[in-house]
Amino acid sequence: MLEQILALLPQVIFDGFILGFVYAMVALGYTMVYGVLELINFAHSEIFMIGAVVGVEVFRYLAPHVGNGFLLLFIALVLGGVVAGITAILVERFAYRPLRARGTTNRLVPLITAIGVSFILQDLVRLVEGLWHNEFFLRMRTVEDLEGSIELFGGAIFAQSKSFILMGVSILMLLGLTYLVNRTKLGVAIRAVAQDLQTASLMGIDPDRIISRTFLIGGSLGGVAGVLFALQYTTITPYVGFLPGIKAFTAAVLGGIGNIPGAMLGGLVLGQLENFFGTYLPILTSGNFGTEYKDVVAFLILIFILLVRPQGLLGQVVREKV
Amino acid sequence: MRKIGLLVAGVAALGMALGQANVIKIATQSPLSGPQAALGEQIKLGAELAIEEAKAKFKALGFDLVLVPYDDQANPDVGVANANRIINDPDILGVVGHLNSGVAIPSSEVYARVNLVMVSPANTNPRVTDRKLPNVNRICGRDDVQGPVGAEYAFNNLKVKNVFVIHDKTAYGQGLAEEFKKRLEALGGKAVAFVGTEETSNFVPIINQIRGARPVPELIYFGGIYSQIGPFVKQLRERGVKTRVMGGDGLDSSEFVRLAGKENAAGTFYTTVAGPVSAFPKAKAVAQRFKQKYGKDLEGFGIYAYDSANVLLAALEAAIKAAGNKKPTREQVAQAVRQVKMEGLTGTIEFDDKGDNKKAKYFVMQVASTGNWADNKLIRVIEMAAPGAR
Repeated sequence: MLEQILALLPQVIFDGFILGFVYAMVALGYTMVYGVLELINFAHSEIFMIGAVVGVEVFRYLAPHVGNGFLLLFIALVLGGVVAGITAILVERFAYRPLRARGTTNRLVPLITAIGVSFILQDLVRLVEGLWHNEFFLRMRTVEDLEGSIELFGGAIFAQSKSFILMGVSILMLLGLTYLVNRTKLGVAIRAVAQDLQTASLMGIDPDRIISRTFLIGGSLGGVAGVLFALQYTTITPYVGFLPGIKAFTAAVLGGIGNIPGAMLGGLVLGQLENFFGTYLPILTSGNFGTEYKDVVAFLILIFILLVRPQGLLGQVVREKV
Repeated sequence: MRKIGLLVAGVAALGMALGQANVIKIATQSPLSGPQAALGEQIKLGAELAIEEAKAKFKALGFDLVLVPYDDQANPDVGVANANRIINDPDILGVVGHLNSGVAIPSSEVYARVNLVMVSPANTNPRVTDRKLPNVNRICGRDDVQGPVGAEYAFNNLKVKNVFVIHDKTAYGQGLAEEFKKRLEALGGKAVAFVGTEETSNFVPIINQIRGARPVPELIYFGGIYSQIGPFVKQLRERGVKTRVMGGDGLDSSEFVRLAGKENAAGTFYTTVAGPVSAFPKAKAVAQRFKQKYGKDLEGFGIYAYDSANVLLAALEAAIKAAGNKKPTREQVAQAVRQVKMEGLTGTIEFDDKGDNKKAKYFVMQVASTGNWADNKLIRVIEMAAPGAR
């Protein structure tokens, strides 16, 4: 048994990273919106899904015309990011802003709105895809250039080139986002609004505009993650966002919600846990618990971590805002 | 209180009055939306074609024949809710359906309350007929034969001993996988793993288990539906695992090729209880009419649905005549179905005391490399009686 576990370990860790980066990218969107509005934007799962659908459609229509797979992927990433970002802005504009304008102080109202928006987006995409292609399962078209694979460490790790693309893009996104938040004027404004919306608006910042941009950035990251997810796992449905979304939200909480490196770390931890138990549970329990319990075990461990460290891995204890 | 009672009685009377004397409805229940719609639509259209063709004949008997399709969404709750609506429509005298055993089992209990007869083209779980409900019948085979047929083919013909078994945790998929495993082990083979999964997109953990499994599996058996097996096979092949794959009739849809990709799907084995058009010489003409009318190819479950509807129609005709050209009761129709003996497209149809077809056919198939579902190779046909009636 031990031998079997060790033989697979490098592969499991590698695959855990891929899944972890997907969660991390989605978690960034959750954490940014939470940081600014203290709103858990459950519709973000569907923003992710929309990115994935755009990716599939771009591949479907452009693959015969664009010879180069990497160029094609680049177009898909850009379009996926843009469409998802715009959707996020629209959701904010028409679902959350009216509530803010009315001065709703109840935290539950926007939360429920978010859940409602998420259902609307799911069924909207299902309707559109149903009318357009009469398809429920959207399959990512296979493009030769992106299908390469190599074996590392004498066959211990089987790696597809698209996995490296996924990791590369998500690391770039994290670095870019960190730079944006810490070093640019927009970043300062976002942090100011996060700190105190009222005071920020007294300092000449238009909070609605900043919030809108936050949604744009978070949404585009989710959209890009969706395209990469579709490329990696190949089959997409209008409901594909739900589980990764919940997990990414968990990752954001695990890392310390509102904390950007925390979201990244939380995503990676969750990806590793899920993949580890998904692969090893049947082996560890000699077949009594199958792969289907992977999420249960992963979430039990998360609950335990949060009991010990409720503010999350990198989170700080929230002080009363002065 | 009395007023309410009167009102209820009034509404009930109105409902009965609305049930027209000369209209006979036949319902279909199958998933028409969602992941399994491709299979469910075949059931609806197959039954529709049979009913369209019989309309004139029933007009001559003095009845308008109407098809009412219901969408059970492959979901037991929706199926039962529809079943309640169906039994409240007094004109509905028979049901063709369902696709999923997990939906058929609870729904058929609702039909049983009013003796509404159901003829299933596709439900393979043994429990569907083992409950011995007088209103439940099927013309297709059973998983406790289908699973073993697969196991015997794998062990005796493909010469595999070690099989990695996966299932989708439904009444259908898990039941099938268990029957497969049982027979394989009885023959002297070994299931190196027996894993359930509800996953639809990320199969990496299972693929890793397959790569790490010892002894090395020579075959992967997946008890489930094409919607899961398609992406699974694609990811499996992309990761360089060349182990052969086998599945049950849940894989029997051209959607499988689309999801897995032509080159990845090629060579996959599957057993099915609903053979392809090429296996039934009589189905050729019907397939042409089907294509003409709906612009789609007639696939396995469509043929069986066509036959199921014809069984109902034959029973209806007999019951109408027995009732002296009056509309028969649901009970009379249910009894007449058990008496039916007819030659359908799929062969002789005749029910035993549980509602199983006395002899059902089982097919071992292999997916063609052309990507065209109709080109799939029919490897063998086995005709076998349902267990218990042998």
